[in-house]
Amino acid sequence: MASTIRVRATSSGETTEVQALIQHPMDSGFVKDSKGEIIPAHFIQQLTFEYDGKNVFAADWGGGISKDPYVKFTFKGGKKGDELKISWVDNKGATDTTTAKIQ
Amino acid sequence: MKLRSAIYLASATLALAALTLASALPSGAADKVDPVADAKAFQKFFTDKFPKVKFEDFVNGPYSMNEDLYRQWQEKEQFPPYEFALDMGKEMFAKPFKNGKTYADCFANGGIGVRQNYPYFDEKEGKVITLELALNRCREANGEQPYSYVRDEMAALTAYMAFTSRGKLMDIKIPNDPRALEAYEKGKEYFYTRRGQLNFSCATCHVQSPGERIRAEILAPAIGIVNAMPIYRSEWSGMGTTSRRFTTCNSQIRAVPLSPQDDEYRNVEYYLSYVSNGLPISGPGARP
Repeated sequence: MASTIRVRATSSGETTEVQALIQHPMDSGFVKDSKGEIIPAHFIQQLTFEYDGKNVFAADWGGGISKDPYVKFTFKGGKKGDELKISWVDNKGATDTTTAKIQ
Repeated sequence: MKLRSAIYLASATLALAALTLASALPSGAADKVDPVADAKAFQKFFTDKFPKVKFEDFVNGPYSMNEDLYRQWQEKEQFPPYEFALDMGKEMFAKPFKNGKTYADCFANGGIGVRQNYPYFDEKEGKVITLELALNRCREANGEQPYSYVRDEMAALTAYMAFTSRGKLMDIKIPNDPRALEAYEKGKEYFYTRRGQLNFSCATCHVQSPGERIRAEILAPAIGIVNAMPIYRSEWSGMGTTSRRFTTCNSQIRAVPLSPQDDEYRNVEYYLSYVSNGLPISGPGARP
């Protein structure tokens, strides 16, 4: 299975723009399925983007975030060719990590 | 306002003309069906109604109708929400069945770049064959279970097949067979027939009112609407096929939807695709 995280990071000299798309059901725990049974909560709780050993972006998420969430932000610094490390942890303890080269 | 009353007037005149035609029909009615003239008139209707929209832009549905939405979409397309389905479809397409064959064995050109030829009229069977139907038949012929016609796997497969056909012009043919013409005519009839508690036809929204709002949505023009299938709809938070679009359209106007891939739906897809001939395939698409 391919990674659940898609990232594109582009540096424009001073700043780096990061876009990411994460594949995750993000079930809030308040929705019922077609049989009327509650779909248990299953969502990403923590998302981090790490550059050069430091967090450049961290998010504490809950069930209010949409399915397959999309994130976009910019941070100061970041050099072309350097690596950005992205990881998430969900409420069931599952996790995924990937790295992307800044372009 | 003037334009709108002109349209109402025109459609009333058309309806009258159709009535007169229908009453005059019985003998030799069939040779009155003229798909070539139909398609020309259909395309002219939209190009006249939206002179600013580039012809090939009609495949982009609501985005061709609204500048703000167009900009948002362009940004979205840099990171399209159908990407996961596309990857899944690519993987599924290449993976052999238990008997060692693949989808590529069922399609011309190995299934790559063929989306624009679907649906086609099968003269042996006397019916319209859509891409979804062909895919499930391919599975069954190879001893696999068919997929649901509306979403997930089917949408992923068609997404991949549409992606490999992007930019190719829709090329639906009506063979010289009275049954093909009949299927076309029935599809057209379905498209223009009002149904459901709200008494809407497909044309009410997608011919009369494209570009206008229906609640928060902007209606897409009927022309080229099938070229973008399958679509990722944010409202569904997932992918859907043409079948899913047809069935949900029907339930939204409070009609009872037919089963996916019923003859009526296949005919209407045939009609819609035929009148969209010459427009590029743009699927898979992303819609609000």
